[in-house]
Amino acid sequence: MEATSEAPALIATNGDSLREAFGKALSQLAYEFPQLVVLDADIAGGTGAHHFRKSHPDRFLQFGIAEQNMMAAAGGLAAVGLMPVVTTFAVFCLRAIEQARLSLAYARRNAKIVASHPGLDVGPDGGSAQCLEDLAAFRAIPGMTVISPADAVEARLATRAILEFEGPVYMRTGRSPAQRVFGEDHKFEIGKGQIIRNGNDVTIVACGVEVARGLEAAELLKSDGISARVVNMPTIKPIDTELLVRCARETGAFVTAEDHNIYGGLGSAVAEALASTRPRPIEFIGVKDMFGMSGEPEELAEAYQLTAPHIARAAKKVIGRKPKKDKK
Amino acid sequence: MRNSNMTAQSAQLDRHAAPASPVQELVAEVAQAARYARQHAISAIFHAGSGHPGGALSCAEIVASLFGAELNLWPDTIGDPDRDRFVLSKGHAAPMLYAVAAHYGYCKPREALRLRKLNSPFQGHPHVGDLSWVETSTGSLGQGFSVALGMAMGLKLQNSFSRVYTLLGDGELQEGSVWEAAMCAAHHRLDNLCVIIDYNKLQSDDQNANIMGLEPLAAKWRAFDWAVAEIDGHDVPTILTTLRRAAATHGRPSCIIAHTTKGKGVPFMENVPAWHGSVKLTEAQADEALRALGASRQEIKDWLDGSDL
Repeated sequence: MEATSEAPALIATNGDSLREAFGKALSQLAYEFPQLVVLDADIAGGTGAHHFRKSHPDRFLQFGIAEQNMMAAAGGLAAVGLMPVVTTFAVFCLRAIEQARLSLAYARRNAKIVASHPGLDVGPDGGSAQCLEDLAAFRAIPGMTVISPADAVEARLATRAILEFEGPVYMRTGRSPAQRVFGEDHKFEIGKGQIIRNGNDVTIVACGVEVARGLEAAELLKSDGISARVVNMPTIKPIDTELLVRCARETGAFVTAEDHNIYGGLGSAVAEALASTRPRPIEFIGVKDMFGMSGEPEELAEAYQLTAPHIARAAKKVIGRKPKKDKK
Repeated sequence: MRNSNMTAQSAQLDRHAAPASPVQELVAEVAQAARYARQHAISAIFHAGSGHPGGALSCAEIVASLFGAELNLWPDTIGDPDRDRFVLSKGHAAPMLYAVAAHYGYCKPREALRLRKLNSPFQGHPHVGDLSWVETSTGSLGQGFSVALGMAMGLKLQNSFSRVYTLLGDGELQEGSVWEAAMCAAHHRLDNLCVIIDYNKLQSDDQNANIMGLEPLAAKWRAFDWAVAEIDGHDVPTILTTLRRAAATHGRPSCIIAHTTKGKGVPFMENVPAWHGSVKLTEAQADEALRALGASRQEIKDWLDGSDL
């Protein structure tokens, strides 16, 4: 059954990657959710779904390398009472986005799409495989909830949350071993962000791999005498406007950070929420409307200016942009 | 019953001769449903001021056969998990689906004439969120087939005996995902899935053969390991028999290639690509079409009256 389990190229050996955490959680949760079925397009080894394939082979559905059919078929499975979880790489979700739009979202199906290999975090596979547009694309679909957890603990909690949630969801996991951000007592709730480090001068709002980098940036800023708040924002849609308004009031400036194009993702969601409530200056950390390239994830993060020093620099810049009355 | 002399005559004959067999009665009923549905569809498209008449008219007997005989579905069993499912993958033929559904009591015939109007549940393409008896939203070609495949797979997983039918257009077969689904259904041995192709040989702009040839079509489906039948898609007894045969197929999904005429029943539309749609019908054209479809003067007046729409 598990013929590929020894293949090092696809299956992450480090248990701390988000995809592995997702796959393990899914296998466990299958006992609680009898309607759960998992759909794969020949990359279960890469998405974490291989855990589910091993534990629940009868509920693991193989679609071959054919994502459009898989995505729409999920709509049919949901229509007859099952709860499909579509698993593939983020970039291939784009190829089936129209199926997700019509046959899942428009048809109001209780189906989940869980995508590994988002962003530059994909690493050496290069620009063709690094999906920097998924948050924007799925956020634009009416009724689609969009989630990007920060670490393995949160990925595990989010996996349960999306199964308990009624409606279509797009969730990113991650390929690389991720820095641990949260303890076992972490709480995850769809639509809620959390202040994970307090501060008064600026708020760094981050999702995915950028949360750990945001915390690192806050530490760098501290040594410069700047008190930076860090908000973990795992739900990109619906965005936690209430928390953002509070941070606007209390810190007066924002840096958003995401492993995604600066257009349409977390930064845009934050900007939209603030623009219509309590506008404050914002700097955007993300890939600046470019495609990626081969390299190790950390090398790429540095090359595309997603690392902590860049976030810290943006924080200083945005503090300088505060209107006088907001300056402390 | 808005009806034609033919049914009345055969009923007359039957009373004097041997009693009509249930099969003959069923065939007559389905043929009548198709006649009614053609008139309804033309009227709806006329009142809408847009719509796709050609591909709606070509599938009247197919859709009527499904709703009138094959599907274990009735207006009062819509939510039954053990019902058969029908997915109109060629969603632009929505007027025919609505018309047949109206004939069989799934919706009110006059309401279903509010095709494409603001706030009407009878949208230009069927939407599951609008009408409880629409199984999924379609209109983007190819997707309905994959959704139907998912339904068939899910029903099998749950040990259901329900069957899933989906109607595809011929131009629709040019979508790559159709062949993803064709490969997948055969691989998973979904013998509870039946694809019907409304093979009217025309698509939006021109003949299939000039846009992107489909032939050899039956050979393609056979090569994908489907059980294939080729029939006259306007011959009700043949449609009914073939659907029954498909239901008895074991271990393979079924594909019925139904040879049809685009615009069937309306001479000025038959085999003319321009009537694929989306077109506006003038009152004179609607009148002529309804006359060709056997409507009486009074019936035509009723059909064309849009005062309550």
